[in-house]
Amino acid sequence: MPFIPHTEEDLREMLAAIGVPDIEALFDEIPATLRCGKLIRLPQAISEMEVTGLMSARARQDGAPVCFVGAGAYDHHIPAAVWQLASRGEFYTAYTPYQAEASQGTLQVLYEFQSMMAALTGMEVSNASLYDGATALAEAVLMAVRANRKSRSRRILVPRTLHPAYRRVVQAMVGKQNIELVELPFDPAGGHTDPAALAAFEGQDITALVIPQPNYFGVLEEVDLLTDWAHANKTLAIAVVNPVALALLHPPGSWGEEGADISCGEGQPLGAPLSSGGPYLGFICCRQKLVRQMPGRIVGRTRDLDGKIGYTLTLQAREQHIRRSKATSNICTNQGLMATAATIHLALLGSEGLERVAAACHANARSLVQKLTALEGVEPLFNRPTFHEQVLCLPVPADDVLRQLSAQDLLGGLNLSRDYPELGNAILVCATEKRTELEMDDFQRKLRAILTC
Amino acid sequence: MLIYQHSRSGRRATAQAPLQTADLSAIPKRFRRQQRAELPEVSEMQAVRHYTRLSQQNFSIDTQFYPLGSCTMKYNPRGCNSLAMLPEFLARHPEAPADHSQGFMACLYELQEILKEVTGMQAVSLSPAAGAQGEFAGVAMIRAYHDARGDKARSEILVPDAAHGTNPASAVMCGYRVRETPSGADGDVDIEALRRLVGPQTAGIMLTNPSTLGVFDRNIEAIATLMHEAGGLLYYDGANLNAILGKVRPGDMGFDVIHVNLHKTFATPHGGGGPGAGPVGVSERLQPYLPVPMVAREGEHYHWLTEESCPESIGRLSTFAGNAGVLLRAYIYARMLGGEGMERVAEYATLNANYMLKRLTDAGFDAAYPERRATHEFILTLQRQAKELGVNTMDFAKRLLDYGFHAPTTYFPLQVPECLLIEPTETESREELDGFIEALCRIKQEAEEHPEQVTGAPYNLPVKRLDDVRAARELDLVWRPDNN
Repeated sequence: MPFIPHTEEDLREMLAAIGVPDIEALFDEIPATLRCGKLIRLPQAISEMEVTGLMSARARQDGAPVCFVGAGAYDHHIPAAVWQLASRGEFYTAYTPYQAEASQGTLQVLYEFQSMMAALTGMEVSNASLYDGATALAEAVLMAVRANRKSRSRRILVPRTLHPAYRRVVQAMVGKQNIELVELPFDPAGGHTDPAALAAFEGQDITALVIPQPNYFGVLEEVDLLTDWAHANKTLAIAVVNPVALALLHPPGSWGEEGADISCGEGQPLGAPLSSGGPYLGFICCRQKLVRQMPGRIVGRTRDLDGKIGYTLTLQAREQHIRRSKATSNICTNQGLMATAATIHLALLGSEGLERVAAACHANARSLVQKLTALEGVEPLFNRPTFHEQVLCLPVPADDVLRQLSAQDLLGGLNLSRDYPELGNAILVCATEKRTELEMDDFQRKLRAILTC
Repeated sequence: MLIYQHSRSGRRATAQAPLQTADLSAIPKRFRRQQRAELPEVSEMQAVRHYTRLSQQNFSIDTQFYPLGSCTMKYNPRGCNSLAMLPEFLARHPEAPADHSQGFMACLYELQEILKEVTGMQAVSLSPAAGAQGEFAGVAMIRAYHDARGDKARSEILVPDAAHGTNPASAVMCGYRVRETPSGADGDVDIEALRRLVGPQTAGIMLTNPSTLGVFDRNIEAIATLMHEAGGLLYYDGANLNAILGKVRPGDMGFDVIHVNLHKTFATPHGGGGPGAGPVGVSERLQPYLPVPMVAREGEHYHWLTEESCPESIGRLSTFAGNAGVLLRAYIYARMLGGEGMERVAEYATLNANYMLKRLTDAGFDAAYPERRATHEFILTLQRQAKELGVNTMDFAKRLLDYGFHAPTTYFPLQVPECLLIEPTETESREELDGFIEALCRIKQEAEEHPEQVTGAPYNLPVKRLDDVRAARELDLVWRPDNN
């Protein structure tokens, strides 16, 4: 029996100890009318060897195309040590550290994670993870509604330059609580949120302003002006940031005069493989004075009976298992293992290493854009500074081009026409530090061939 | 020692980042970071040693019996992990086009079909990232259903007093008011009390069955009829699905919507707090509202169902498709078990729980529901020991750690005083159960003879009992150079 250790003798003796004739008798409180028959529509059991064959074939079928797609999921190098350590059974097969004394490993790692995320974002405190970037933003919006006591409107300004999936997730998660999301247009030349567009909301009751950096187009937003506008308008500023970019960019904690109030984002670029979109890592950081409005687990450093340093879950009175319907969030299981991987990843890179990764991404993206825009009819769509992604305009429909590239084992970017029909034949391309000159030259060659045939 | 305390300025794990520095002139100075983030500077070996040593300060399934009630801490098969981490699966970008995704999507499609069959539901979406998000999705679908019918008066969700805290919290996130329904003395929902709470304002009820009291609610058909006659829907919290896999299906009990915790019933690792996965299944009338994306099949070709093809969907709950890597592990596990293997899961999980319950009550412990069968878990109440000996449940729990066992769930459900919720799972051997039973009996004896030995526990762990009050009062959440 796979994964069940009982021998015939165990079974016999255990049934005798309980005082029942067979296992079936243990289900005698379930009304007979409800009992199901055999699950005949399920596939037959197969051995580990057979399932290895099946999964290997399916993996091979999908292949491993060279990836120039970013759009919220980034193909970074992950040091071998990260997952060798994170996959250790003691991290991998533990659960939420309810028994602190028997979970000091996980708890200390999460404390280190909180410390590193606070350092990267320049914020005072961090929690111990949320599901992913989009849900982290939804939680940040809910948190802002609770925290901004000067505002009654429950209106949130959300730029159109924010990741389209984030906008959808936030709508799905907060829309049932009378929270209104108001879209901010972007500047068609710069691809950024024009601070002047905020004039229309001047003096209105706005609960929070969402500020992505870099935005979905890879473009850098005027974060200082946007943050200052928010604070002048009694509006909270919510930063949505890429943690790798933060090695180069001004951290949200020091945006404008006072800094952002809440910073959140997708932690995948810190040690999580692309893995079809998950498991990833939502993070959320905030000012110390907002910490009691924070969702999810938080680890604190404390002392034991002997005065020795130790770590424990803290501020649990915010959480669902204590506060039930009045909790700050319903989250229970989070992404602890991904936070563990991110912590190890950051420890291995250090701030200088992370800065080199970010700089190499930026340089590769520039180089890629130079090579591609050297082709006739391929143009950059926006004229503002970018990090490691950029929108390019093609002379022909993007779907055809991308399909032909994909057939040659190259993912040449994301077609933006579904989410931004106003942009025409636009694709979003990305180059991380992993992309080589050779791969970029190959991209150029393949694209040229497609465009000239 | 923190990783920061190993740090020395100028030290770096140099193999881990590109060596040449790049031209950053295209980023104007006003966007640039002025000061480097305070991250540790350590060598690769220092990092490896530090995190290896930290891992050794954890209890885990791989190292200890971990009978945490309602969490289903069963063995996580190694094969599931290694196959889900094949390089092509790890490298697949979530936006990869269909021609580079058919193998992955076949796994997801088949997992959807497997979950439909074991839950008795009509359709499944895999995207919720954990149980609580599955609950949110489920209640949001209940709301979408009532809204679509113009039935706007339904403003309340009923939740048993024994429910997980996530249930009421999820209902509130969907804009509902929560009313608690009491449990009767036998652990089943008090159906007369429920009858008084149900009305035209009721949108639905969230139930776990077997409940968190460790018993199967025998009135489930009557509850379903009562709810449906009042126009409300039934939500099944799948936290305890392990108890009934292949024996009785939520769909057959009358539930309209369910979530399944794959990190419990389908053996995916708990990761020190996650990631999990909380797929949702629905009956036919809720199918249009399922969260996107899902996988559909046309002939031999798989494609995504998204907002465009599911206009009535409650929407998207994660940036991409949920915790895909967890879904692959669950799929591999399901294939290795097959239908028969799943029935055995419920059988041996129930056998183990009833065996422990019998032996522990024989040894003088009090069951919370002595007249009832255990399901895959059961509750002991240590009220007597707390009153007579001054040794409470937390003390027993901490002392168990000294004996090398992770403690069961303590002080939950809230209405059973001084309770231990014990869930052994099917993957534990009889010897392991006997060892745990023996340890509890010895602790009881210690409590009777030398209570301070128990109240002072643990002694054999990296730290003694921690000061939670201090942790909350003198908040220290982040290391800084001035906070060493």
